[in-house]
Amino acid sequence: MQELASEPVATQPIEERLELVRFKVDKRPHIRVHTEACRGCDLTPCVYVCPAGLFEILGGEMHFSYEHCLECGTCYVACERKAIEWDYPRGGWGVSFRAS
Amino acid sequence: MHAQQQFDAIVVGAGPAGSSAALVLARAGLRVALIERGEYPGAKNVSGAVFYAPGLLAELLPSFWDEAPFERYITRRVLTFLGKESAFSLDFHTRHFALPPYNGVTVLRPKFDRWLAGKAVEAGALLITSTVVDDLLYEGARVIGVQCRRDNGALYAPVVIAADGANSFLAKKAGLQREFSAEEMSLGVKEVLRLGTRTIEERFHLTGDEGMASEYVGEATGPIKGGAFLYTNRETLSLGIIVQIASLAQQRIRPYELLDRFKQHPAVAPLVRDGLTLEYSAHMIPEGGWQLVPRLARAGLLVAGDAAALVFAAGIFLEGMNFAVASGLAAAETALEAHQKGDFSAATLAGYRKRLEQSFVLQDLQRFRLTPAFVNNERLQNIYPELLCQAAEQVFRSEGRPRKKLGSTILTTLRSKVSLWTLLRDGWQAGRALFF
Repeated sequence: MQELASEPVATQPIEERLELVRFKVDKRPHIRVHTEACRGCDLTPCVYVCPAGLFEILGGEMHFSYEHCLECGTCYVACERKAIEWDYPRGGWGVSFRAS
Repeated sequence: MHAQQQFDAIVVGAGPAGSSAALVLARAGLRVALIERGEYPGAKNVSGAVFYAPGLLAELLPSFWDEAPFERYITRRVLTFLGKESAFSLDFHTRHFALPPYNGVTVLRPKFDRWLAGKAVEAGALLITSTVVDDLLYEGARVIGVQCRRDNGALYAPVVIAADGANSFLAKKAGLQREFSAEEMSLGVKEVLRLGTRTIEERFHLTGDEGMASEYVGEATGPIKGGAFLYTNRETLSLGIIVQIASLAQQRIRPYELLDRFKQHPAVAPLVRDGLTLEYSAHMIPEGGWQLVPRLARAGLLVAGDAAALVFAAGIFLEGMNFAVASGLAAAETALEAHQKGDFSAATLAGYRKRLEQSFVLQDLQRFRLTPAFVNNERLQNIYPELLCQAAEQVFRSEGRPRKKLGSTILTTLRSKVSLWTLLRDGWQAGRALFF
């Protein structure tokens, strides 16, 4: 039997997906990360679980943005070091789903 | 205290639980505030979304079938075990689900939630949007109102219903819910794809307003614990994956990459072909089941819907909106009883849990309490779907050679990866979880 070669999966960049979503970005961030607690974190679950790809390790330092947050709360549940302080954005700000 | 800041009841969150509660309370003549942090009800809400047992609302709203913005009624249920390059499906279709009260309907939450909140407003509830509730207000141990994040944001009522969703900050602040673990919470990510009415009807073998709810396990989420769904709306598809957060973190695959993998699976790609993505969304789902359900009340406070983890994620059942509505209604009835008695103590509000124990809400969650562990069984997730496909392939394969009888073909395939003992043990677990 001939093995079927599985096609490499082409994934759409997250930025393109987020362009479809309506955000009213508050100047005040609703996510705070105590990045000193991130040093030495090998798991970095936040990087992998965030559905908006907002967390990134660059040069050993945690970088994050809050602007395109989908407000699910997955990051703070996944973070074992409890480094993420997460609250809702101010009323009326943040994400507004329209077609879901 | 201004008179405007005093209500008979405050409901936090204008999702299905909150709006149902507000509707009942306002109809009974109570002054009700319904507070929503989104710009409009539904702005922050995501479901698959099939609303099962919509008759729950139709009983309350006689015009429901004529005006509720539902997309399609579900007449086709499909469960698929997905292998790497094959798929094994159970496909059920019935016209018996095609008459009101329908068994289930697909909805788009921003539309549906806005409509339902509008019904509460018509009944007299005051809807306050764009407002976050930061905390509860207490007098001793009794909840007497809420603190909104705005100037003069204190609102008072003898009873508060927290229907503030999966993150349930209020339930936690009130000491009713604990911190979540990543094992008992799931992340759902979803896309809505436009295909057009005609294509949907042809592609999914549907007539008129019929709809399909299709769920997948196995290769749908690669090595990650969870599953995938594909639901038909009027002219769009809702599809997505639901994965356990702990497993996602462990396997280090990003959820949107997983979603793309699912869409490109050979059994799924032809179903979504030429679909234009309209929106991408995500939401956390309290899928822990029975063990995640918090204490449901304290003096002056009731917790309903996702905030109380009232989600029925039991393998072949994925239900939440009906649990939200039923719990919202029970919370409202309990609040009305408290008003009649003039007693908002923990003892009176404990009637809420009794109501839920008498309904499907807590009965289903308790009866199927072993199901979440079964659904996350490593082999059910990562081995059996592929094996089932291989067994089917062996059965259907024609090679111009003598065949063995089916039992031997199937057993040989299964035992290539799993011992007979493990098979029996998993069979027993499945039985305990779902069958007896």
